[in-house]
Amino acid sequence: MRYAFVKTLLELAERDERILLLTGDLGYTVLEPFAEKFPNRSDLRRNRFFNVGVAEQNMVGVGTGLAEAGYIPFLYSIATFAAIRPYEFIRNGPALHQLPVRIVGVGGGFEYGSAGPTHWALEDIALMRAQPGLTIVAPADHLQTRAALLETWDMPCPIYYRLGKDDKTTIPGLEGRFVLGRPQFIRKGSDLLIIAMGSVTSEVAKAANALSERGVGCSIMVVSSLNPDPIDDLVEVLSRFSVAMTVENHYLAGGLGSVVSEVVAEHGIGCRVVRCGVERVLDGVSGGTDYLRHIYGLSSEALVKKAVESIAS
Amino acid sequence: MRISPIRIRQLILQMAKRAGVGHIGSALSIADIIAALYGDVLRIVHPDDPNRDRFILSKGHAAMALYAALYLKEWLTKETLETYCMDPVTSENKEHLTRHPSLCTHHCLGVHPEHTFPAVDFSTGSLGHGLAIGTGAALAARLEGCSRRVFVLISDAECNEGSNWESVMLAAHHRLSNLIVIVDLNGQQAFGYTDNVLSLSPMAAKWEAFEWDVHEVDGHNVVEITETIQKLDTKSDSPHVLIARTTFGKGVSYMENRIKWHYMPMSDAEYQQAVEEVESGK
Repeated sequence: MRYAFVKTLLELAERDERILLLTGDLGYTVLEPFAEKFPNRSDLRRNRFFNVGVAEQNMVGVGTGLAEAGYIPFLYSIATFAAIRPYEFIRNGPALHQLPVRIVGVGGGFEYGSAGPTHWALEDIALMRAQPGLTIVAPADHLQTRAALLETWDMPCPIYYRLGKDDKTTIPGLEGRFVLGRPQFIRKGSDLLIIAMGSVTSEVAKAANALSERGVGCSIMVVSSLNPDPIDDLVEVLSRFSVAMTVENHYLAGGLGSVVSEVVAEHGIGCRVVRCGVERVLDGVSGGTDYLRHIYGLSSEALVKKAVESIAS
Repeated sequence: MRISPIRIRQLILQMAKRAGVGHIGSALSIADIIAALYGDVLRIVHPDDPNRDRFILSKGHAAMALYAALYLKEWLTKETLETYCMDPVTSENKEHLTRHPSLCTHHCLGVHPEHTFPAVDFSTGSLGHGLAIGTGAALAARLEGCSRRVFVLISDAECNEGSNWESVMLAAHHRLSNLIVIVDLNGQQAFGYTDNVLSLSPMAAKWEAFEWDVHEVDGHNVVEITETIQKLDTKSDSPHVLIARTTFGKGVSYMENRIKWHYMPMSDAEYQQAVEEVESGK
């Protein structure tokens, strides 16, 4: 998704001079096309790419000052460092002033698996969702990443883009569709509703195939943006199911499962919500993304098991 | 246009007394710096002009001094100035509000400045935030090739915040000589004297080490502050910092260099004495 994002951003930047790209010294092999397209000049005039060093708080503050002057700065780093380290600067800067700063966090969930827990963004959605007026865009694959950026890049509000690292996998049935504030349906079935967000949707799609072979029909709803939340769509769909299973690369607290649970509770919908996510990380356990998804119940096999249990109980 | 620092101090005392709040010493500390900035320094034809100089009061808790200057510039009305730390009146709470002698019918000035008010460029109050924003604002002017300047007023204790030094490095790296920082070096912070809490010495040498253009000035000498800034070369290779030596609570004898006046409000007798002393400074 990050390559698709930068490729699309480069296209947009060629059309609109307000777009700037700042990095906190991350994005090696990813950001070079942008940097090479807009080489820096010593007098700074019309420079478009800045490596601000390993200083994420400052990057967000600088982005705030740039945005007030009319620029649209994209601030790039690994999701933990882009979103969590400078959180208060995001709160008091782009969110409070409602400026078009773009926080670009790469590797939500376990995508930096072997890098260990300092690199796992497992609460970024919860934190960003708590900021009124800060839109969250969390695409499920690289095609949707491109569509989401094309639709949202020039919105007046601040945006958090939560990107995966996988630029090859495509989600069957999604075909890159994205509409801000609306979910996408990629599969229809009547036994279980699965609501997914982000790159783990690929596991959900595989699980749905396996469930189908067992005679369990699943509907899959992909939520790719929050703030605004897809409340009307959730109310309508949740009302048609007795069980809904949420799946996210995130702690259980505050993310997609919380959004769905809030809608169910506030609208008095008679649908049980089963949340699949991370309750807490285990001490001293790191590994590849697939391994971590497996042990935290986010692999397709684990999701199948959970789905069968949920329907039976 | 000359802005009287005595008038700023009078207004600070009036606001603080009316609202029954503190942060008086911090505001008095910067009264002369604010008078210089809003006198002959800041180039602001109109607060909405996109090419105006930007000013960020990063030590937002001293906002009374800023509000006073904005009022004297006629960018804030007297009515708005009198809303400092008041509660807005709504149809729901009208009968329950008895705390304040005068009530306002619209949004009110807070302890820390908010960008929703005219001529306040950025909301501040969280220390260590203003310089990063100012660095971005200065970078924006450079990208545009615009000659506008960015001024950031920080407190000495605010330099405890590590985020400042991230900005200091970036501004020096990009040679943002259109960025001018003023450090209010009054030697005090909320819980004590800076030398005892977390030593900042040597302040000037720290900035010099980061390759800033450093000037030490008397922070209560409006002419010296003004002339020092006017002589800065904003097309040079370094951002600028004025280390302004100040006295916390300047102008009110019983507040000067006293920790308690970071937070405490004044009694009626204390207010009378403060007003007399400030006015005698004419």
